[in-house]
Amino acid sequence: MITTPLVPATGLDREHAHHLMRQMLLVRRFEEKCVELYSATKIRGFLHLYIGQEAVAVGVMQSLLPRDSIVATYREHGHALARGMSARSIMAEMFGKLEGCSRGRGGSMHLFDAETNFYGGNAIVGGGIPLAGGIAMADRMLNRDAVTACFFGEGAMAEGEFHETMNLAELWRLPVIFCCENNMYAMGTALWRSESETNLAVKTAAYEMPSWSVNGMDVLAVEDAVRRAMTLVRSNGPCFIEFQTYRFRAHSMYDPELYREKAEVEEWKEQCPIDTFRTRLYEADLLTDDELQAMEQSVAEEIEDSIAFAEAGTLEPVEELERFVYSEKQS
Amino acid sequence: MGTEMIKMTYRDACREAMRDAMHRDSRVFLMGEDVGMYGGCFAVSRGLLDEFGPERIRDTPLSEGGFVGIGIGAAMNGMRPIVEIMTVNFSLLALDQILNNAATLMHMSGGQFNVPVVIRMATGGGRQLAAQHSHSLEGWYAHIPGIKIVAPGTIEDARGMLLSAIEDPDPVLVFEATALYNMEGEIPADSGAVPLEGARVLREGEDISLVSYGSSIPKTLEAAAALEADGIDAEVLDLRSLRPLDNDAILDTVRKTHRVVIVDEGWKSGSLSAEITARIVEGAFYELDAPVARVCTAEVPIPYARHLEEAALPSVERIVSTVREALGTNG
Ligand SMILES: Cc1ncc(C[n+]2csc(CCOP(=O)(O)OP(=O)(O)O)c2C)c(N)n1
Repeated sequence: MITTPLVPATGLDREHAHHLMRQMLLVRRFEEKCVELYSATKIRGFLHLYIGQEAVAVGVMQSLLPRDSIVATYREHGHALARGMSARSIMAEMFGKLEGCSRGRGGSMHLFDAETNFYGGNAIVGGGIPLAGGIAMADRMLNRDAVTACFFGEGAMAEGEFHETMNLAELWRLPVIFCCENNMYAMGTALWRSESETNLAVKTAAYEMPSWSVNGMDVLAVEDAVRRAMTLVRSNGPCFIEFQTYRFRAHSMYDPELYREKAEVEEWKEQCPIDTFRTRLYEADLLTDDELQAMEQSVAEEIEDSIAFAEAGTLEPVEELERFVYSEKQS
Repeated sequence: MGTEMIKMTYRDACREAMRDAMHRDSRVFLMGEDVGMYGGCFAVSRGLLDEFGPERIRDTPLSEGGFVGIGIGAAMNGMRPIVEIMTVNFSLLALDQILNNAATLMHMSGGQFNVPVVIRMATGGGRQLAAQHSHSLEGWYAHIPGIKIVAPGTIEDARGMLLSAIEDPDPVLVFEATALYNMEGEIPADSGAVPLEGARVLREGEDISLVSYGSSIPKTLEAAAALEADGIDAEVLDLRSLRPLDNDAILDTVRKTHRVVIVDEGWKSGSLSAEITARIVEGAFYELDAPVARVCTAEVPIPYARHLEEAALPSVERIVSTVREALGTNG
């Protein structure tokens, strides 16, 4: 459990507070809808939900500029939405439709969007981490003042690709923020059962990389941390942030959850990033019931619209099956 | 006196083989991601942790290169490890250990060190898991001397071949077809180890030979049944072992029917199906009454969208129409 006090909402710009709240709500409600659509077999394959972790993606994205880049994992609907990809393009992707952000070829685990520099949904654990290093390297070599946010779970920190990239990134001073979402479990494996050093920021400090831990259930704490990280990365080199968080649902759509106690899940739910933020906004007079209701309403409409869009979408003709194996344009 | 038959799934068969071996030989242990507490990502090892304890049903962190290498080392020094890799796509993180160590140590050491390790993994598509979770790379592994490759396509083989693999003095890679885990059937209660080498005729026929293995076996049998209704008598040869290949069995069936269709979920280019074709050309060219034909996966990373995935993978319809073409009975 996290014992760090929550960052107070007092003094927060009202509009910004609403923006954070709406984004987290959008992710939560979107994911809840995905569960229904999965049961209705509209969505297939693996479906990894972000419920419980919303504050991380939403908090991180606030400091990123359009020229910055994102690399994410198979648990990336929240990151894609928070980055500003449309709910329509994401939903259509999961419906396997041509109008989806990856033309229906990627599905839930492989959302891509060149427009917003969203370099995917990678479903090989740790597989996206070196890519983030390379994206950052290109920015550096092309003299672009851009930063790459690289998201991964704590499970990825046992992979060689993670350690190799950490070393290279620090050695070459690549502008990457390594965002570890420590939700305490890699599928059924608890952190302490997979890491010899469970203090993750201590581990990465061995690479001489500025490293610290943040309450990932507090959107304001996340936002603060990333603001600081952006300055650091721009002036110096990469950094590593461990966001302590928790997934409220199964690893993928279903699992028997033999690896954790129900009581533990319930305890974490009390730290729900949306509930605790709403309470703070109420207390600071930054949000009213009516405003919240209106927000829920507009979120619901946005999601319904995305479903209608996905339903109305088309299937790519089978004749096109073998497209996109190689470039169609010679650059 | 009839043999007693027992009902089980392909998944149960894999589990029973491990269980059996672990009871008989205290050197045998299972190691891999989420094999213990979670019960295995495809539930193959469910229940084994309770039965054998965490020393012998060992959960590992996400470190494919590391724990496959550790399995190889333990095998060289007196243990009989079974290493589970969740799916073949993730085995690529351990390819260095498999190719540069497991496959070479016996030879490089001039015959001093054998490596009795079993590496099991799930393979194949059909579940809309897209391009990082659906590939069939077993034919590609079959390229490598020094390892044995088996790909059971029946419940009896899932049990019997795994038993033999565990007893074998050399590294064996066992490819379990994801699509077959739920397949249920009856096998003789006393069926035990079956040889790692040698193909098997699953269905006798006179008109044409269908050469297949693994996930394609049920599709191939279904196609043969459909062809029978039209008076076409197809023989089905299950390769079972991909390295070594049973040359004699392949050439025998060609000499019998004079026509061949190879069904393989791998891609065509530089593939196992190409190797089989070459062997037929080398050993039975003048026996052929028609060109060798192949039903393989389209040359594209597997797409998510259902209709595209279905179009990419071998199907009963595609097998049937390819057979008709080879017999000149289409249209
Ligand atoms: C290389 C590799 N090994 C195994 C898997 C199967 N797998 C998918 S997600 C996962 C757990 C990863 O946990 P973590 O990195 O903590 O992220 P989380 O799922 O908790 O967000 C595993 C074992 C995989 N996708 N890639």
